[in-house]
Amino acid sequence: MAPEEGIAAEEARVEKAVEKDGIAISVRNLKNSFGEQVVHEGLDLDVRKGEILGVVGGSGTGKSVLMRSIIGLQTPDEGEIHVFGESMIGRLDDEALAIRKRWGVLFQGGALFSTLTVAENVEVPIREYYPNIGAKLRDEIAAYKIRMTGLPAEAGPKYPAELSGGMRKRAGLARALALDPDLLFLDEPTAGLDPIGAAAFDDQTRKLQQTLGLTVFLITHDLDTLYSICDRVAVLADRKVTAVGTIDELLATDHPWIQEYFNGPRGRAATAAVRREKDKRR
Amino acid sequence: MDHTTALMNKAADLAQEMRDGSPVIRLSGNLSIACLRDLPDRLDAIAGPVDAIDLSDVDHMDTIGAWVLYRTIKRLDCRLTGDRCDAERLIAEVGKVDEPVNIRPDYVPPWQRVVGQIGEAVVNSGTTLLGLLGFFGGTLVATWNVLRHPSRFRVNAVVQRFEVVGVSALGIIGLMSFLIGIVIAQQGSVQLRQFGMEMLTINLVGRLTFRELGVLMTAIMVAGRSGSAFAAQLGTMKLTEEVDAMRTIGVSPMEALVLPRTLAVVVMMPLLGFYSSIVAVIGGGFLCAVSLDIPPITFVQRLREVVPITDLWVGLLKAPVFGVIIALAGCFQGMQVKANAEEVGLRTTSAVVQAIFLVIVLDAFFAVFFTWLGWN
Repeated sequence: MAPEEGIAAEEARVEKAVEKDGIAISVRNLKNSFGEQVVHEGLDLDVRKGEILGVVGGSGTGKSVLMRSIIGLQTPDEGEIHVFGESMIGRLDDEALAIRKRWGVLFQGGALFSTLTVAENVEVPIREYYPNIGAKLRDEIAAYKIRMTGLPAEAGPKYPAELSGGMRKRAGLARALALDPDLLFLDEPTAGLDPIGAAAFDDQTRKLQQTLGLTVFLITHDLDTLYSICDRVAVLADRKVTAVGTIDELLATDHPWIQEYFNGPRGRAATAAVRREKDKRR
Repeated sequence: MDHTTALMNKAADLAQEMRDGSPVIRLSGNLSIACLRDLPDRLDAIAGPVDAIDLSDVDHMDTIGAWVLYRTIKRLDCRLTGDRCDAERLIAEVGKVDEPVNIRPDYVPPWQRVVGQIGEAVVNSGTTLLGLLGFFGGTLVATWNVLRHPSRFRVNAVVQRFEVVGVSALGIIGLMSFLIGIVIAQQGSVQLRQFGMEMLTINLVGRLTFRELGVLMTAIMVAGRSGSAFAAQLGTMKLTEEVDAMRTIGVSPMEALVLPRTLAVVVMMPLLGFYSSIVAVIGGGFLCAVSLDIPPITFVQRLREVVPITDLWVGLLKAPVFGVIIALAGCFQGMQVKANAEEVGLRTTSAVVQAIFLVIVLDAFFAVFFTWLGWN
C-alpha cells in the first residue's frame, strides 16, 4: 500500500468511527510512550453510549494512561481521540470546555481538595462552570448529590482527612456527578474497599448509571465488579486493546492473559458467585 | 450543529396559564444545568396557588432540573401533569435523598472566633514548646542508645546529610558572606570616614563577622535550606506512613531519621560558620583594598591585632547550639504532620520561623553571657 493510501484509509476509518452514532468515546491508533518505554501502540477502542465498559489489564499496561489521554491530562504521541464526536487532540483548554462539562472523573484516591469540606468539594465544579446558579440552590444540589452517592448527611461539613477511604471515594463520586455528566470515568473505584463496601459501591454505580443514563468508563482490578456491573470489558495487553466484549465473549478467545485472568482461582470464584446468584433468582 | 445538539441547548422556560379554571405552570425546553438560566429564580418567585406543573413540552431533564422541580412541587403543593414517566422517576429519585446537609462546619461569630484563636495560639505555643523539649529529650535518649550500641549508628545516612547540609551549601553561603563583608566594610567606612578613622573598618569587619554575623547568617541560611527540607521530608514520610512502617519493622525513626540530620547540622554549623566568617572577612578586605587603599597585608596584620581569639570561640561555641535548634525545629515540625499535604507546607514554614526566632533569642542570651564572662 502506498503511504498516501494508508493515510487516506486511516482518515476514512477515523471519520467512520466519529460519525457512527451511539459511540461516546472513540480512540483510534493511539500511541503513548514515556521515553524509551512504549505504553500504547495502535490502540483502538470504542465506548458505546449508555454502557458500563470495564477496562482491565495487568499492572503497567497503561489503563490509567489511557484514561488520562482521553480526558486530556496526557497528550498522546499519535492517534485520534473523539469524545461525543469532538476531537480531543490538540484542542485548546477553552475549546474543550464544553466537552469537559459533560464528563466527571473519579480519581483513584478520590483526589478531593483537602482544604474544602465534602459539600464544598461537590460545589466546586458547579461554581466553576455555572456561576449563575445561586448559592442556596448550589447548596441544595450539593446536599442531594451527597445523599445520592450514599453518604450520610453528617459527611457534608467534614473535611476529606476526617473521612474513611470508602467515604472519600463516595465523596469523589459525588463531585464527579456534580454537573450531571453524560460520561463518568472511574479509576479503580473499589480498590482498597472491604468486600461489603465494594459491593455497595458497585450497586450505587449501577443504580446511578441507570437513573442518570450514564456512560461509564471503569478501570478496575475487581473481578466482582466486572461480573456484576460491566456491560462489556476491554482487555489491555500487548500495548493495545486485545479484546472487547462481554465476559462470555472474552472467555471464548484463547488469549493466554485473558484465560488466566478469568480462569484463575479468583476468576473462578467470581464466576461461581455469579452463578449462585443466578440460581437463587430462579 | 445537528438537530440533537440544538435540542439539547434549548433554554428552559415557563409560562403560567389557566386550564379549566385552575392555574398551571407549563414548562418547556431543556431542564438541565446548562440550560436552566434564571428558571429556578422565576419558579421561586411564583407565590401560588398553582394546581399543576405541565411537563409535556420538556425535552430533556437532568437531576438538577429534577431537584428544582421537586422543591417547587414541595413548596407549592401541586401535582405533575404531562405524562412524563422519565421525568417523574428522576424527581422521585432526588426526592428520596432529600435531607438537609450542612455545607460548612457551624458558623461561629467573629469575636468568639478571635478569642478562640488567641486561646488556641497560646495553647499551641505552650504545647509546641513542651513538645520541642520532649523531642529534644527523645533525641538525647536516641543518642544515648546509639552510644551504647554503636553498631546502630547510621554512618551512611550521616555522611550523606553532611553533603546535603554542608558541602552543597558552600556556594550560597560563601556568596552571601562575601557580599555581607563588602556591605559592612562599605557602610562602616562611610561613617568612620567622618571621624578620620577609616582604619577602624577593619575592627568592625573582623569582630562583627567572627563574633556575630558569620554564624548568625549561616544559621539563617541553614534554617532556610536544611531546616525546611527536614520538615518537608519527614512530613511527607509521615503522610505516606513511611515513619509508621519504620516503627513496625523495629527501626526507631528518632535514630534513623532525626539523629543523622541533627548530627549533620550540629557538625556542619561550626564549619560553615567559620567558613562564612572567613569569606566575609575576605569580602571586607576586598572592599578595603579597592576603595580605602588598605593593602591586604596591612588588613591581615591589623586583623590579627584587633580581633581577640575569644571572638572566634564565641562564634564557634554558638554554632553547634544553633545547629541543634535548627535541626530539632525542622524534624519536630515534620514529625507533627498528621492530616494532609497542606499541613506539610504549614509545618515547613513554622519550622523555619521557629528556628530563626529561637536562634536570634539565644544569640541575645549568648551576647549577655559572653560579656559576663569577660569575653568582650
